[in-house]
Amino acid sequence: MSTASGNTVGMDSSMALQKQMLARHYDRLSRAEEEGRACAYTFVPGNLTELLLSFDILPVLPEINALQNAMRKKSRDYIATAEKLGHSEDVCTYVKCDLGMAKSGNVGPTGERLPDPSVLLLSYTGCFTFMKWFEILKQEYDCPIAMLHVPYQGAGAATRNMRDYVVEQLKENVIPQLEAVTGKRYDEDRLSEHLAASARAEDDFVAVLESAKHKPSPIDAYFGGVYYISPIFTAFRGTPEAESYYETLREEVQERIGGGLGPITPEGTLPEERYRLVVEGPPCWTNFRDLWKMFYDEGAVVVASTYTKVGGIYDNGFRHDPSRPLESLAEYCLGCYTNLNLPSRTDMIVKYVEDYDADGFLVNSVKSCNSFSAGQLLILRQVEERTGRPGGFFESDLVDPRYFSGANVKNRLESYFQMVEQKRSAVRSLS
Amino acid sequence: MRCFVGVDLGSTTTKAVVLDEDERLLGRGITNSRSNYDVACAVARTEAFINARFGLFAGRLAEAGLEKEERGALTEALGRQFRREQHTVQQRALAGVMRGELERDKYAAVRAPLEERLETILDGMNEDIPPMFEAGAPERSDFFRDTATSGFMRRAEGIRGKQVNFDLLMSVFDRAILQVENQELDLSFSANVRPALDRVLAGGGERWRSKASHLASVTDEVAALDLDEVNAVGTGYGRSKLPFRQDQIRSEILCHGLGAHWMFPKTATVLDIGGQDTKAIQVDNAGIVTSFQMNDRCAAGCGRYLGYIADEMNLGVHELGPLAQKSCRNIKISSTCTVFAGAELRDRLTLGDKREDVLAGLHRAMMLRAMSLLARSGGIEDEFTFTGGVAKNPAAVDALHRLVDENYGDRTINISPDSIYTGSIGAALFARRDEGGAESEAA
Repeated sequence: MSTASGNTVGMDSSMALQKQMLARHYDRLSRAEEEGRACAYTFVPGNLTELLLSFDILPVLPEINALQNAMRKKSRDYIATAEKLGHSEDVCTYVKCDLGMAKSGNVGPTGERLPDPSVLLLSYTGCFTFMKWFEILKQEYDCPIAMLHVPYQGAGAATRNMRDYVVEQLKENVIPQLEAVTGKRYDEDRLSEHLAASARAEDDFVAVLESAKHKPSPIDAYFGGVYYISPIFTAFRGTPEAESYYETLREEVQERIGGGLGPITPEGTLPEERYRLVVEGPPCWTNFRDLWKMFYDEGAVVVASTYTKVGGIYDNGFRHDPSRPLESLAEYCLGCYTNLNLPSRTDMIVKYVEDYDADGFLVNSVKSCNSFSAGQLLILRQVEERTGRPGGFFESDLVDPRYFSGANVKNRLESYFQMVEQKRSAVRSLS
Repeated sequence: MRCFVGVDLGSTTTKAVVLDEDERLLGRGITNSRSNYDVACAVARTEAFINARFGLFAGRLAEAGLEKEERGALTEALGRQFRREQHTVQQRALAGVMRGELERDKYAAVRAPLEERLETILDGMNEDIPPMFEAGAPERSDFFRDTATSGFMRRAEGIRGKQVNFDLLMSVFDRAILQVENQELDLSFSANVRPALDRVLAGGGERWRSKASHLASVTDEVAALDLDEVNAVGTGYGRSKLPFRQDQIRSEILCHGLGAHWMFPKTATVLDIGGQDTKAIQVDNAGIVTSFQMNDRCAAGCGRYLGYIADEMNLGVHELGPLAQKSCRNIKISSTCTVFAGAELRDRLTLGDKREDVLAGLHRAMMLRAMSLLARSGGIEDEFTFTGGVAKNPAAVDALHRLVDENYGDRTINISPDSIYTGSIGAALFARRDEGGAESEAA
């Protein structure tokens, strides 16, 4: 989830739209304090964007700022600043990058100053670090924390009890706090309008994701995917802007399918789809383009990824539902990828490998992120066993450039692609 | 004769092998990778072809009914004298380049005394040559640059003239040796083997006299053999730098898998420990890689780790294993970081622990890291083949045997004396099979 940097990928109208949306958003944020607009710092997984919008609160997403800073090569210095403040090398680098930025004048990735938060809205969905992160931010800012505890899907399903528990917290804790911060009354009709807009965009979004079932795939669902998830995972879900973005994107993808075109990449349209892959794990933002190029050079297309589900899973049929506003927000939070247990994650990857007819799958194991990385080797083995397709494993980090060893990652990827090719030709020669 | 070449450009050494059409190993060559991959690649490849001709030569002798011992002695002596010929060619080139250097204007004022000094040194270097290639001569670097540099320096060191001194002499030498390295000298088998054979025959007295004419004709025959390089594949760390086309380059993971399968056809799991990486590879019954794991954030526990430890202890790398084998006490080295392990080692020695015990602990720590990668790649299946430079270290092998036994029980562990060539053999096999594929597609 990201974008609108100098790193423009192709110049489609959807991309131009997205750039404008982000620029406007950061611009709004830079004026928020003088205009007296409330801001909430909040996280991507389980974000309550429609609820915030119904209170006219502007969302600020620290993970997005961190990854945007990494793509703009600013994260190294911010991380160093946080380490000087005493945060250990092993702390999540999103956290350190965000703190470093806060301590360096809180100037956002676009060079404009970010407003201080009016409220820290902590929707906890599977990542324990989020709690610690906001504990630290609480020391920096004189503002309330609204905590939403989303129960982990430990048994592999979200139950009615869990949903009711989340709804109750929304009613009794989150909404009253947002009312106090803004001085406005909770307006359920307004919330429902936003949710209806979300659901329409979600239909288009899912159509875009599932377009990768075509051969060749018209999209890359990991490197390209992070651009496609950006509006819906961040400050724009439930807005007319997001609706028109996804409509435009869906049309563009449809055109690519019609023209038999592969995905747009920074090097141009991929000329030949040689490998179809599923990827598990977040991207390495510091070397995002390098890594994408390594895939491009081999003709590798990611047809499905789990990372594009961290801000919500929609391809299982879930939609925000304006007729049950709080219940559907609760279900959304419970269903984020970060809130799933290992067997559910494995099932999902197996299903992707099969549904998208992938040649194999790769795990990007990220040093910073325990909640992602724990159990990934187990996932790897099980998916290999269940699908019979080869799995590969490489290591990097989210936003700390020190943990990326380009030559080694390239070596692993090349070996992996050649292994897939060798297996294929062995099968061919048998048949 | 149709030949297939595999080159493995490693971080420490570059290896090349030549296979024949039936995937039999004809020859191998190895050299330091240095910083110049092109040169390393060319040297290893040339060496492999020369080695192949020596192998063919020994084969012809066997066909002619020469006893094994006699064959061995003859091939060994011929090899030595052959290298002497090569060395002489290079020495001659060096002398020529240096004389040319003297013509430069900058030496005009000192030309006469400089020339006199240089000629004395060159004479001395020529005198050094024969004993260097006697049987039982002390071991030294195989590279002309190294021997020439040390020979030249030794003689230039004492010179402290007003006009001509050590620094001036070395500056002439440095320019010259660079040029010699970049010259295309004829170091081939055909150009150098006859003079070498003549010297062996002359030095062997009565021993070879009766066979002299036969040996000469076998040598000529082998020299005339057309070794036709049909296809070549490159692998290893520097593979993107190899002078090969993209489709002639393979990952070393695949090459090690296939190479290990070629050496030991029942191989299911391969462990390769090279200079800077450790790979755990699972292969199927055709040598095709099914999964693999390798280190990518940290290179502790690789060959360089031993190099570092050897430096810390003031020992040669090859001395570490045998010394560690003398240990009879278990010392646990806990660190996986090379630098910290070095610190732990100094700490232990200060506390009075014996060097062999500490070293045994270090070898075990190293293999524990490998065991973790193996576990991540899917465990150790029977048979298990250990390759790479570290497979030559007996203490590493001992530690591996014990750890495999403790964790997996009875497994057949294979180590080939050619284990360092595993990657290049795999590459050559790919060269053979790709070529076969192209043929059958054409048909």
